[in-house]
Amino acid sequence: MFQDIGEILLLLGRTLRALPHTLRQQRKVCDQLFEIGNASLLMACVLALFIGGVLALQTGPTLAERGLQSFIGQLVGLAVCRELAPVMMAVLIAGRIGSAMAAEIGSMRVYQEIDALRTMNINPVHYLVLPRLIAISIGLPVLVLFAILVGWMGGAVVSFFNQAIAVSFEGYFNSLRQGLEPLDVVNGLLKSFVFAVVIGVVSCHQGLSTIGGPRGIGRSVTKAVVNSIVLILLLDYFLTRILMHLHT
Amino acid sequence: MNAPASQGIGLQVRDLCKSYDGHAVLKHLTFEVPAGEIFVLMGPSGSGKTVLLKHLIGLESPDTGDILVAGQPVSDPGVMTRYRVAMVFQSGALLNSLTVGENVGLYLSEHRLKPPAEIARVVAEKLELLGLKGTADKIPAELSGGMKKRVAIARALVVEPQLIFYDEPTSELDPLIAVTIGREILNLNRRLQVTSIVVTHDRDLAFGIADRVALLHEGEILALGTPDEVQADPNPLVQRFLKADFRFTPEPALP
Ligand SMILES: Nc1ncnc2c1ncn2[C@@H]1O[C@H](COP(=O)(O)OP(=O)(O)OP(=O)(O)O)[C@@H](O)[C@H]1O
Ligand SMILES: [Mg+2]
Repeated sequence: MFQDIGEILLLLGRTLRALPHTLRQQRKVCDQLFEIGNASLLMACVLALFIGGVLALQTGPTLAERGLQSFIGQLVGLAVCRELAPVMMAVLIAGRIGSAMAAEIGSMRVYQEIDALRTMNINPVHYLVLPRLIAISIGLPVLVLFAILVGWMGGAVVSFFNQAIAVSFEGYFNSLRQGLEPLDVVNGLLKSFVFAVVIGVVSCHQGLSTIGGPRGIGRSVTKAVVNSIVLILLLDYFLTRILMHLHT
Repeated sequence: MNAPASQGIGLQVRDLCKSYDGHAVLKHLTFEVPAGEIFVLMGPSGSGKTVLLKHLIGLESPDTGDILVAGQPVSDPGVMTRYRVAMVFQSGALLNSLTVGENVGLYLSEHRLKPPAEIARVVAEKLELLGLKGTADKIPAELSGGMKKRVAIARALVVEPQLIFYDEPTSELDPLIAVTIGREILNLNRRLQVTSIVVTHDRDLAFGIADRVALLHEGEILALGTPDEVQADPNPLVQRFLKADFRFTPEPALP
């Protein structure tokens, strides 16, 4: 994977240089965006609901034992918006959308469709990579915004109904409001934007470098998903460090 | 894109070599196709015809040697923007996610060369020419092999190429359509002096349309010349390839 990083950065550079062509590709960007929303919005909300819920479930009783349950909103709120929503949604999207990108571009590669594009003087980066990268860079942060809101709700529901925590909705959201700044949400969205670029460019690169028939397509899909997730988790640590530093 | 509509461009190949994993596929090929010629490339399966075409259009880069299109290296990205070049792939290589009509009109729509209504007209005209009327809204998966091949030809013709490569244009077609396509290759060439490089196993097509024929064998040119010259070539390999037929020849009876 690490020997590919140079090529991946090169593809990213070529895609960024193609940005002025975005307007031409707007229809494809819209199609891809629809694909992302259609495939993942419901799943993302369900996932986020349970993530917020389980976080409250795990931390709530311990806090309550020490009489600190009034902080539950702040704790769940921060963890969801800074960390869990961006990372978990990125993993979900790597699995659903990154894999589809690698498979689609990989099969176009194997069945010579990309060669055909090149003979028509159509740049595969403009035609295939650019719209996908733009769509995912818009789609994932939007999805994460939904996930943050739903995740907070999940935490609130569990905090209210769980006997060991028993914090009212009002108490939960008061604590959340006090403990959180809008910047924390921005922080999460910023992370998710970086993750989106990683998923998009890694998956497209993997698709474009597919060789060797249907089995090669399968290999590309696996590599796209695994490499995206590994990079997301590594980058998450460093991004967190950087963003914390900027905060103070 | 802005070159005059009726002007073929020539092609030169100098000492072209290519191997894959140590297996030499093209061996020191040198030849020239002047502008406006129909150049037919024949040869046994696996002799390197498709690989050669991919080099000529710049999809593969040679190990050594030069390929010049209109006097400029084909690897120069400017060549494909200055000149209109098209290729019909052996497999068709249609974009499976697009309809037939979108495939055929792709070049025009992506480069915004014509307004949508005009593109639809050109697409319908080319599809009709190839006997594919009414298929514009189908997707490639719904077509037969021969239909896909014809769509691929339509897609190449839409480019109004100055140089066109056909990789076995008639291999999956019935004789009637094969003749239509042979005529169209000739027609384009005579009308607009389109330089045409045709790979085919179809001897009737080859000798019917060719200005010159080359016979490729294991990556080398075995014979090259006008159809008459090649047919008269004394090389037994050439004769065997050109004369092979199905007729039953009984073993001479033992005395
Ligand atoms: N990408 C590749 N990697 C390795 N070997 C290849 C590659 N492409 C082609 N070859 C080899 O090159 C040789 C020539 O292949 P090519 O496809 O040019 O044959 P062809 O003359 O077009 O045959 P046909 O008439 O069957 O289409 C074959 O031995 C093939 O195995
Ligand atoms: Mg071939």
